[in-house]
Amino acid sequence: MIKVGIPRSLLYYSYFPLWRAFFTEMGAEVVVSPETNKAILDAGLRSALDETCLPVKLFFGHVLALTGSVDYLLVPRLISVEPKAYICPKFMGLPDMLRARIPNLPPLIDVAVDFSRGTGNWENVLSSMGRLLAGDRRLIRQACRSAQAAQSLFQEQLEKGWLLPEALNGAAGERGTERPAPPSPGSGRLNIALLGHDYNIYDEYISMNLIKRLRSMGARVATADLVSQAVIDEQAGTLPKKLFWTLGKKMIGAAFAFCDSGQFDGIIYVSSFGCGPESLVGELLARWVKRRRGIPFMLLTIDEHSGAAGLVTRLEAFTDMLLRREKG
Amino acid sequence: MKITYPHMGNLYIAIRALLLKLGLDPVLPPPTSRKTALLGVRHAPEFACFPLKLNLGNFLEAREMGADTVLMGGGIGPCRFGYYAEVQREILADLGVSMEMVVLEPPSGDWVTFKTRTRSLVGDCSWWQVLKAIRFAWYKARAVDALESKLLYLRPRLCEPLQLEAIYREALRRVDMAENRRGLDLAVSDFLKDTRGLPGKSGDLLRVGLVGEIFTVLDPYANYDIERHLGLLGVEVTRSIFLSEWINEHLFGGLFHVGGLDHLKEAASPYLNAFVGGHGRETVGATVHFARQGYDGVVQVAPFTCMPEIVAHSVLPAVTRDHGIPTLSFYLDEQSGVAGIVTRLEAFVDLLEARRKKRLKEGV
Ligand code: SF4
Repeated sequence: MIKVGIPRSLLYYSYFPLWRAFFTEMGAEVVVSPETNKAILDAGLRSALDETCLPVKLFFGHVLALTGSVDYLLVPRLISVEPKAYICPKFMGLPDMLRARIPNLPPLIDVAVDFSRGTGNWENVLSSMGRLLAGDRRLIRQACRSAQAAQSLFQEQLEKGWLLPEALNGAAGERGTERPAPPSPGSGRLNIALLGHDYNIYDEYISMNLIKRLRSMGARVATADLVSQAVIDEQAGTLPKKLFWTLGKKMIGAAFAFCDSGQFDGIIYVSSFGCGPESLVGELLARWVKRRRGIPFMLLTIDEHSGAAGLVTRLEAFTDMLLRREKG
Repeated sequence: MKITYPHMGNLYIAIRALLLKLGLDPVLPPPTSRKTALLGVRHAPEFACFPLKLNLGNFLEAREMGADTVLMGGGIGPCRFGYYAEVQREILADLGVSMEMVVLEPPSGDWVTFKTRTRSLVGDCSWWQVLKAIRFAWYKARAVDALESKLLYLRPRLCEPLQLEAIYREALRRVDMAENRRGLDLAVSDFLKDTRGLPGKSGDLLRVGLVGEIFTVLDPYANYDIERHLGLLGVEVTRSIFLSEWINEHLFGGLFHVGGLDHLKEAASPYLNAFVGGHGRETVGATVHFARQGYDGVVQVAPFTCMPEIVAHSVLPAVTRDHGIPTLSFYLDEQSGVAGIVTRLEAFVDLLEARRKKRLKEGV
């Protein structure tokens, strides 16, 4: 059986259900790299360029964890997943960066994903991937269908309030089984909106268990995944100039929606040290949130040296402040 | 309307010509200085690119001189430059500085859109006047390029580089002042004449290609005068991109059909096979190109955290492996120090010299 490796990193968090269902249906065995740990991070730090951001370094680590044990590595060249917006230059050059820096890389499935001009769709992308594996047309078509079904199920679960890692597990369940009811919102006294790229906030090692920590401090945590694409587009559409980064758009659209809902006590924005788009998006968001609603906003920048102690101190200070505000 | 615009090397010369010909009243910010940088850094996001910070400093300094409008370039990503103006506008607003921002989004080579978008700039000017203004600005940019490339060529070759620089500054002033094409041509040809008789040095020069993000390539403040340091170390520097190319691409939407940078894009493959924003692909292509031309080394410059250049830099080891060309990369911001930069340049030049000697000995 052909083994297709998927690094548990970057857009794994957004598209794993799609990719997993597709390759499984194609008859391949999908191998995901282990959850981030120190060895993976260290390997990434050694092989990626020093100047790059933590998430890309980590991606290198996850690729290395799979190198040698899979026949193919799935590293699509993710240029754009919607018209007139990009993900990030580093996503666009990911396959090239890996090839230049990692010897003995397995063959990459590096089909370009570029919907920026309003053309192209996942079906075409997946079909090209399928052809690389020399699958026959009928099989590919069928795999595309299952893949898209799995992805929409996943999306649905997110909008119903499942936290992304939970939905990823759910999506991993067998098709046809009952979806469990969304978890109860929890009993926290504070409502906190947690914003940040999926690969930061949902990677427990990198985020130092941020979500669990917040919950244990008595907070209910909502993320941008709760907000539907339509609302994000609408909210982000109020900007004077269209934002051309998909992930930034999601953060800003969700933040505006959260502000408007009037239900949140505070916003925490997680950003990676050295992240280009976030250096501007985070700044704009801080200014706009302040002007719009005056909801307290905290920017957490994480890098490979961040320690849990510092994080806890900042979280406690922030939640204490929110609680005082609530009383006052 | 008193209109200002950010500095980027000698860009001010071309833009001033453009605005004057459009009948506008430009306010040139003082040359970018430590003070400008500190001003920008104080108000800009910590991890924004260095150019954004310097621009902001320029605007605030121009404000003190009475400017009320800012002319800025735009873009559609994925490089951050396309969103600078948005961020700068918000910062100015929060500072209570009321300056209007006019953003020149890249027109797609279409005059009508260009004119409507820039209505507030071109006012009642006729099409013909606008066209003439753009053409004249373009000639100024070409004249600047001619002077700069000659300076780069001569600096390592002359016994008295400081004298050369004085002549260059005078020629640049004349280009800036010139009111017509004749004046421009004269300024350039006089520069060539005046520098011809200067005593030169003999010997084989090291040649280095300068590649990277365009602002840091073109702006001596942002790159801590890297071309000059290399020149004074006796190295001939060749740039991968010049001012006129940037203007054509970013402000005039490729209106002038001069040989573009397509050959650099092609040369980038197989190392970098896609557009990655900014000039990342050209950086890789130019490095390959310089290697093929027998250059001794390549220096890359970029603002700290610049994404396209980080991607380019990431693949450069493969170019070096295949083409044997050493490269040296600098990420620049307000915290860079000139001493450190010069030390690294000196070590690089030593390395290049040693390599060349070794190759000569081995007879390759
Ligand atoms: S969006 Fe930011 S964190 Fe993500 S890859 Fe790009 S620079 Fe890195």
